Amino acid sequence: MSKIPATRQGHRPVAIVGFSQNHSVRSDSTSNEVEMLLPVIHDVFDRAGLTKDEIGFICSGSTDYLIGGPFSFVTALDAIGVWPPKSESHVEMDGAWALYEAFVRLQEGDLDTALVYGFGKSSLGDLDEIFNLQLDPYTMAPLHPDLVSLAALQARAVIDQGLGTEEDFARIAARSRRDAMNNPFAQIKRDDDVATLMSEPYLVSPLRRHCLPPISDGASAIILAAGEKAFDYAEHPAWITGIDHRIETHAFGARNLAVSTSTAKAGAIAGVGEGHVDVAELLTPFAHQELIVKAALGLADSVSINPSGGPLSANPLMSGGLNRLGEAAQAILDGRATRTVAHATGGPLLQQNLVCVLEGA
Amino acid sequence: MSDQTYVTSDPRGSITQLATPSRLEYFFTAGTSLSKNLRGYQRGQFIGQRCPVCSKVYVPSRGSCPVDGVALTEEVELKNTGTVTTFCVVNVPFAGQSIKIPYIAGQILLDGANLSFMGLIQECELEEVRMGMRVEAVWVDKEDLVPSLASVKYFRPTGEPDAAYETYQEYL
Repeated sequence: MSKIPATRQGHRPVAIVGFSQNHSVRSDSTSNEVEMLLPVIHDVFDRAGLTKDEIGFICSGSTDYLIGGPFSFVTALDAIGVWPPKSESHVEMDGAWALYEAFVRLQEGDLDTALVYGFGKSSLGDLDEIFNLQLDPYTMAPLHPDLVSLAALQARAVIDQGLGTEEDFARIAARSRRDAMNNPFAQIKRDDDVATLMSEPYLVSPLRRHCLPPISDGASAIILAAGEKAFDYAEHPAWITGIDHRIETHAFGARNLAVSTSTAKAGAIAGVGEGHVDVAELLTPFAHQELIVKAALGLADSVSINPSGGPLSANPLMSGGLNRLGEAAQAILDGRATRTVAHATGGPLLQQNLVCVLEGA
Repeated sequence: MSDQTYVTSDPRGSITQLATPSRLEYFFTAGTSLSKNLRGYQRGQFIGQRCPVCSKVYVPSRGSCPVDGVALTEEVELKNTGTVTTFCVVNVPFAGQSIKIPYIAGQILLDGANLSFMGLIQECELEEVRMGMRVEAVWVDKEDLVPSLASVKYFRPTGEPDAAYETYQEYL
């Protein structure tokens, strides 16, 4: 008899039954978005052992600002093949939020399966200028703060409030790069010692290069299945027992940048603290952000954080959050873990955060 | 709160407008499939790709059949001739217009293709253009060929009898 764990929010049980990602690279100059996505879509169908005809709902996450072309998510549907027509949606957000929408859609009860994907080519434009457009247009955007300088303000707040040190940042980077050596899809894989990393010059004080994520092109996809149907596609489905996302003000001055209230709230609602956590996959692209999110989720030091190497070793924008859900689910699908946590973020400096608890039977 | 007015001691008065200049420049990745099509223009050829499942020929191709969601691998060279499926006589000036108005923009379905694209139609009186009209591509001089549709100067009528409606009704 197959057992489905109780869901925290009393929702219809939905599980991740398949995950696929491509190799994150600095610049994929031979493939367009459709060509980058196509192998991932085919692979995720193969992994879950189904065809597109069995998919009830499709949802994707991407942003036209990365490619500089309108409606690129419509073009991306070429990679799926949408005949006969499917119910389909898109979020101008990381694929993690596309998964959230698909999860909500499956609560309706009339559909049992969903395909979720995220894709982004970070190599095509100037990320500082692109991400400036997500800032408050009156008081922040006219100043054109670059991504690293903004992150440095947050890192400084972490240090000033005694929540972490530059050595902590280096330890996080060294661990991520070392763990990435076991991840065939990661981009930065190195065995660096903390002392060497600390000898790097500041890029923007207090951040050194190792505190920053790489720039990555990438795509990933996940298959969701509801109820007993999940066992058709996976021996050990990764059940979503709790999921929530919260957003904070866009005004940096109104937030304590060294703590993440939205992550803490989402984590509490998802039930992170109500059991042991084997693995936590956190979308913390800057090293100091791992300390902030770890504290907000109340994760113990014994929890394995980002064993995939995390965003410090591969940071495909718009699929990086979906990758965290995928990696956290894969640990359960492979039978390596029974309870894992995935986190995704959107907006500047951890403005919006999604937390998901995944459990095996 | 809404009836309060913003009061400032700044002699220049209150700020009523704010500009945030922004300019985004991008690289474009044509991809493997579209590159074949673009290289074709450089040689004076229309290159499309055939879907291994439904056999439809896409020109230009983006790498995947949007109906079947599979990679397109077979290259197809198309003829220089096609049919006008629909058209528009452009009389309205707009920013960036490079062609003298009035002119004809037509959807061209190349012979053997299953996807139409927009092309300029010239050497044709405005009142003569019609659905089903047969046209051929006029290419730029060999030394001016480039990897883009700019290699095609325009399409012009061939003078053949019009194509039957049934041959292009699926492409409207």
